[in-house]
Amino acid sequence: MTSRMDTRFAKLKAEGRPALVTYFMGGDPDYATSLGIMKALPEAGADVIELGMPFSDPMADGPTIQLAGQRALKGGQTLAKTLDLARDFRKSDDETPIVMMGYYNPIYIYGVDKFIDDALAAGIDGLIIVDLPPEMDDELCIPALAKGINFIRLTTPTTDEKRLPTVLNNTSGFVYYVSMNGITGSALPDPSLISGAVARIKDHTDLPVCVGFGVKTADHAKAIGAAADGVVVGTAIVAQVAGSLTKDGAATADTVSAVSTFVRGLSTGVRSARLVAAE
Amino acid sequence: MNETPKPNSFRSGPDEDGRFGIFGGRFVAETLMPLILDLQAEWEKAKNDPEFQKELADLGTHYIGRPSPLYYAERLTEHLGGAKIYFKREELNHTGSHKINNCIGQILLAKRMGKTRIIAETGAGQHGVASATVAARFGLPCVVYMGATDVERQAPNVFRMKLLGAEVKAVTAGSGTLKDAMNEALRDWVTNVDDTYYLIGTAAGPHPYPEMVRDFQAVIGQEARQQILEAEGRLPDVVIAAVGGGSNAIGLFHPFLDDEGVKIVGVEAGGHGLDGNEHCASITAGSPGVLHGNRTYLLQDKDGQILEGHSISAGLDYPGIGPEHSWLNDIGRAEYVPVMDDEALEAFQLLTKLEGIIPALEPSHAIAEVIKRAPKMGKDQIILMNLSGRGDKDIFTVGKLLGVGL
Ligand SMILES: Cc1ncc(COP(=O)(O)O)c(C=O)c1O
Repeated sequence: MTSRMDTRFAKLKAEGRPALVTYFMGGDPDYATSLGIMKALPEAGADVIELGMPFSDPMADGPTIQLAGQRALKGGQTLAKTLDLARDFRKSDDETPIVMMGYYNPIYIYGVDKFIDDALAAGIDGLIIVDLPPEMDDELCIPALAKGINFIRLTTPTTDEKRLPTVLNNTSGFVYYVSMNGITGSALPDPSLISGAVARIKDHTDLPVCVGFGVKTADHAKAIGAAADGVVVGTAIVAQVAGSLTKDGAATADTVSAVSTFVRGLSTGVRSARLVAAE
Repeated sequence: MNETPKPNSFRSGPDEDGRFGIFGGRFVAETLMPLILDLQAEWEKAKNDPEFQKELADLGTHYIGRPSPLYYAERLTEHLGGAKIYFKREELNHTGSHKINNCIGQILLAKRMGKTRIIAETGAGQHGVASATVAARFGLPCVVYMGATDVERQAPNVFRMKLLGAEVKAVTAGSGTLKDAMNEALRDWVTNVDDTYYLIGTAAGPHPYPEMVRDFQAVIGQEARQQILEAEGRLPDVVIAAVGGGSNAIGLFHPFLDDEGVKIVGVEAGGHGLDGNEHCASITAGSPGVLHGNRTYLLQDKDGQILEGHSISAGLDYPGIGPEHSWLNDIGRAEYVPVMDDEALEAFQLLTKLEGIIPALEPSHAIAEVIKRAPKMGKDQIILMNLSGRGDKDIFTVGKLLGVGL
């Protein structure tokens, strides 16, 4: 069986354009609203969905995503409910790949084997676990791969030639190149440096390479999209959610539409970036 | 859970992946991984380099003031009427606590690695002061992350750090205590990985920190073991230390781990009691989980979200504990017990009045445990306790609790 992820990237390749990968925080600011956001993403032009799992101590996230996680937890979000989001979403969309992104401890406490089974049943295609480097592959990566869930790894500017094979080993789905040393929500780096870095990764793997951290506008998305197989946008989307809430952090009638309008703009940018064949 | 076989020696851990049984490890973002591997390699080299050891010992003697005395607390012993009580006087070190032992070691390592900027997290401010001190001594800029709550309750140490030239950044995320400061320090590190050295203040975090910090602090136990043999001609029956992240405790315990007859007791902050969430007793009331780079006992809810915890003492206000302690607990080599805020406060006052030593609130927890145990032990028995820091920094907190305006 070809996975949703492979099918999606093959389709984009045929269309000759990069993927738009969109992150949002599951349960921010409440379950129903975030399900509404999730359902609106593909229609607004998202090709892959990153579903954030809130954690009390998000050590690699900047203030925007930290606050989103706090709102979600305050709204009663749990890992089980984040899996429910995917399950509910799959009732109307069985094609858009879903990658869960977050930190390891909630999964460890849920139980690794149970989590993998439940994630598969909920229609999850991949995992990005920030605090599980290759040295910790026995924890979750290997059991997840064995059952057919992609384990997507972050590579960073500190991942040198020597280490790259270690990081790419056991990676599947796509490679997520974090374009800078830093936390989510930092400034955008120089796009001209990015194409070199992407080429370097492509010397070692046939997987699609998506680039993220710092993408905030349609122009950014276009510039990055020209140099990579996909553009990941997270903080800027979460900021749209935050900007639409009441003073007390509750959703408004505008929350879902603020996100979809913004993503539609990004999508226009991405679709106008003709893929400079980086094969 | 995996059965941990009893090892031949309790002192051989961790394995090469930084594991103590199921605990420890390297749970960090990829950005940090190359650096952590570098640090490990550099630490291996330094450990076996006589030049490095000589410099460390030299600064220990002339800058820190080592060896610290082992003191027979005669009046406290008489008052309690049981076991003989000895204190390892780490509060007499330069900067007033054991924290400096680790800071001197790590800054020498930072220099070897060519790092030009130091960051640290702090709770009570003792580690922040010690970090700022060594940064000043070695001419490196230093940024200290400190929870906003702690900035308030440890004001004298904040001023001290600033005098020493450090920049103190108040962290408002979460409840503004040690764990939040550690998150923020990790965020800084990920961003400035090229030039920055993260000087972790306790025997926790990703490998090699728990091992490395332990080895820098083990000087406490090595000296104490020799000193008690000189004073009494035998080893103590019990060694006791307060446990925050666990550095002063593992520093005392480690050299005694293979001495079968020596009972080892770590004292956790019981706060207002273990019933609710108003405590920091990670081992006695928590469960294993993954935070800040290692697997260890944590305070957490059913969903794996980390709880904030509470302690009267900022230095114990951390929802985790170093991984080696988690392992020592699970294999039964050490015992961990809680002591409540009010017990620590009483112990603080008793020691001050009986011995003329004002202890920090952190070791006051250990003193409270001594007060419980000594009367039940024979007069021929010996307790050796780590007096990890002095209480000058705490007099405002204590004044407030006793209803005295300062
Ligand atoms: C005097 C003193 N003792 C103990 C501690 C607790 O830390 P650890 O458990 O790492 O020794 C602190 C922490 O700030 C401290 O200042």
